[in-house]
Amino acid sequence: NINPCVQIIIHLLSVISQNSAGQFFSSGHTNNWAVLVCTSRFWFNYRHVANTLSVYRSVKRLGIPDSHIVLMLADDMACNHRNPKPATVFSHKNMELNVYGDDVEVDYRGYEVTVENFLRVLTGRLPPSTPRSKRLLSDDRSNILIYLTGHGGNGFLKFQDSEEISNVELADAFEQMWQKRRYNELLFIIDTCQGASMYERFYSPNIMALASSQVGEDSLSHQPDLAIGVHLMDRYTFYMLEFLEDIHPASKTNMNDLFKVCPKSQCVSTPGHRTDLFLRDPGSVLITDFFGSVRKVELTMDAINLTDPINPVNGEEQKEVYSYADQLPVSEIIHQKPKQKDWHPPDGFILGLWTLILLVFFKTYGIKHLKHIF
Amino acid sequence: MGLLSDPNRRRALISMLTRLNAPICVVCYFAGVAWFMGLAFEPFTLRTYMSENAMGSTMVEERFPAGERALATGREFAAHKKKVGGMPVDWLVKNMQDRGLEVFTQSFSRTLPFPDENKERYIVKGTNVYGILRAPRAPRTEALVLSAPCSPGDNNNQAVGLLLGLAQYFRNQIYWAKDIIFLVNEHDLIGMQAWLEGYHHTNTTGMSWSPLQGRGGSIQAALSLELSSDVITSLDLVLEGLNGQLPNLDLANLFYAFCQKIGVLCTIQGKLQRNDWDSVSGYNHAVQTMMLMVMKQASGRPWGDHGLFLRYHIEAATIKGVNSFRQYKTDATTIGRLLEGMYRKLNNLLERLHQSYFFYLMPSLSHFVSIGYYMPAFGLLAVILLLRALDLWVQLNTPPSTTEDGVADIDQVRHTPGVLSVLTPLVISHLTGVALYALPIRFQETAVEHFPVSETEAVVLTAIAIYTAGLALPHNTHRYYIVCVCGTEQGWRVLKLVAVLYLAVLLGCTALINFSLGFILALTLVPLAAFVTPHVPKVLSAFILVILSPACTLLFSVFFFQELQDMPVSFQDGWLLYLSVISQGILDHSLYGSLVYPLIALLVYPCWLLFWNILFWK
Repeated sequence: NINPCVQIIIHLLSVISQNSAGQFFSSGHTNNWAVLVCTSRFWFNYRHVANTLSVYRSVKRLGIPDSHIVLMLADDMACNHRNPKPATVFSHKNMELNVYGDDVEVDYRGYEVTVENFLRVLTGRLPPSTPRSKRLLSDDRSNILIYLTGHGGNGFLKFQDSEEISNVELADAFEQMWQKRRYNELLFIIDTCQGASMYERFYSPNIMALASSQVGEDSLSHQPDLAIGVHLMDRYTFYMLEFLEDIHPASKTNMNDLFKVCPKSQCVSTPGHRTDLFLRDPGSVLITDFFGSVRKVELTMDAINLTDPINPVNGEEQKEVYSYADQLPVSEIIHQKPKQKDWHPPDGFILGLWTLILLVFFKTYGIKHLKHIF
Repeated sequence: MGLLSDPNRRRALISMLTRLNAPICVVCYFAGVAWFMGLAFEPFTLRTYMSENAMGSTMVEERFPAGERALATGREFAAHKKKVGGMPVDWLVKNMQDRGLEVFTQSFSRTLPFPDENKERYIVKGTNVYGILRAPRAPRTEALVLSAPCSPGDNNNQAVGLLLGLAQYFRNQIYWAKDIIFLVNEHDLIGMQAWLEGYHHTNTTGMSWSPLQGRGGSIQAALSLELSSDVITSLDLVLEGLNGQLPNLDLANLFYAFCQKIGVLCTIQGKLQRNDWDSVSGYNHAVQTMMLMVMKQASGRPWGDHGLFLRYHIEAATIKGVNSFRQYKTDATTIGRLLEGMYRKLNNLLERLHQSYFFYLMPSLSHFVSIGYYMPAFGLLAVILLLRALDLWVQLNTPPSTTEDGVADIDQVRHTPGVLSVLTPLVISHLTGVALYALPIRFQETAVEHFPVSETEAVVLTAIAIYTAGLALPHNTHRYYIVCVCGTEQGWRVLKLVAVLYLAVLLGCTALINFSLGFILALTLVPLAAFVTPHVPKVLSAFILVILSPACTLLFSVFFFQELQDMPVSFQDGWLLYLSVISQGILDHSLYGSLVYPLIALLVYPCWLLFWNILFWK
């Protein structure tokens, strides 16, 4: 014999929880992946490896397992002959923080880090013999974090001192990923000189991009360690690491805070970001949506009725053809008018024009010159 | 019609060339000299900067602690050296082994062609001792060398002590990616030559040495240390090597960077840098520094033990500790830290030093002039020779009678003798050159028998005698002309044309390899090549020709060099110094393969003789 008000409230709550349950199973992403790439080799580029390893460390700490991380390091700094502390890679001077540890799993090492391999990882076009640890096995519900660091310029990123990847190539690779439904949302972070040029050409939806410096600016390195003798980290990633150290799997910090990392006073360069391709408002995107692998868990004491998906019709087997809806028309995003095909005059017209010119020429100078042609 | 194919325009060009030839030559000469002098002016120079990426951005805190212990080791070394009366091989071997190096020795011997009076040696026998510090984790593919000479008397004891102290400190570190070879060489350059020949399996100078038992990898860089006092006031960098070859500028930049970091006073050519480049005395200082470098480079001898490494494409420099009367003294620990820092940076190298310049001049340690800036000075001098050659060619091809129409007088025989007529003076001049090159050493015994001189003096005086005998040639060779030089008026023109072109090619090739030598020879030889004809006043021209000949240039350079070093000499001392310079030049050639003496004897002197021939043309 329950009070009718309470009954209504309980009914409302169950409806709400049903909705939120419905929402729970139909929203966002279900798994997280990370592709972390360091593109430079040689001892004096120690800081790029340290950058990548510190992001790796944060991502692992927040829950993404090694099986979902593709780590590409172009050179082995920990075991370099010049490293006075072998088997370590430090990110803070005075050797406060060793980001190498004993459980680092490098998937692409040394000369395997090439533009071709990177693009193959992104698009999934790998030979059948590639092991699982070297594949990006994402699906249309995956949130992927892509972090690139190295030496770059206006519109390109240098791989291994011998080749480059251009921003157009990268944008096309992301478009391939979109068309193959290999991601739900993508966060692209790049820490190189003139990094903002790399995300200028993106045109696929659901991509958010951050860069450490604008076009025309250099990204600077942070502190040197006087015992090891190299710069340990780049400024942007250093402050980003400090920011991420405060994040734990349950934090509710959102992307707007990440955009504020490393202002010009600390970084000397101006970090940039791009959110126009992203559907959701950055303020509602949690850091752990990309950096961590957070399983949504809600505890409930009540039974929840999930709505029945399809009512089977007797005797008829309904065969529906499913097709992916075009979630977002691309031309609306990039606000471009459809490109006019250039108009060429018809070929016959050009031929006729040349014949006319020749005839006029020979008329003026006399027909006897014609025999010089034929 | 084109500029050169139109006969009217051609004639106008040619007449302009012949009319303005002498003024243009004079202008070019003074422009060349002015350009050269302007190189030392600071706004025309560039600041030095580190070009190699691998060495640029790394910075280490140097931690070498054991300067005093190194000096004590140096004193021990001195005591053992005195006891043995030479190189204390056993003590060195045991000492290096105790410090954890792989130690090997090499014995060598050489009989000099004639006794060396500067260093008082004739039959040289010695031993080199070297210890290899193997890189803890790297494959043995590359090496760095630190060397200190074992000198007689009280010299360089502290250098050997510091070398052993650094060896011990380096042995305790694990960050070496290259093997480090610590070398103590006996009889300075001769020992170094033996070691390098043994290391690279070549034998170019006829020395006999025992093969090396132990080897590192290919040597990337080398430093030679000369330190004779416990405390120093400044460090001097010596770059000039054999045949005027210089190490990569990055090595000098590295040294300068560390001098600034550690705060040690650093000099080049013994001269400290000044900041007042816009004052006259500041400019003078820079010019003096640059001229010292030019003189040292032109002499073609290695000015430190590092000079022989350069031939094998190993960048090397010598660091000398200087103790003069200054207030601020630097101790051995600081020098050790500077060397430690330099070696740590060299350790980071991935390839040989090649990013910076190989051809440069340094008016001070922080400024340099690259080949692109200094070559035009020589180019302007070479242009004079080409203009003269063009002028002679035009004179040879104009017919003697003045017919202005374009019809060629084919029937009028133009008595232009062919090139064969100049063969005689050429051959005779070159034979004299060969005599100057070969005879002094060959006939030293005969000379010693007949004259009361020592062997060295015999060699040098024979050389000077042959040189002077060449002056008598033109009077005697006219009867040997093979081809009848009809129309002798043209004969000397052909000879001069050939001689001028020969000189231009010779000086050009010399300047490419050793700019200083080429420029100094050009300064004196180009004017005489330009103005000499049989018609100038004979006595005055003969005098000028002798003054401008290579031998007198050398004499004046000796006096000038002493002036630049603030140690002017009297005429007697200068003459003795000149004789010793000639003997050193001949010795360098046979001991290390220096090319200056053969160049002067076999090529420059015959060329000068051709001009002498022209002067006395009948």
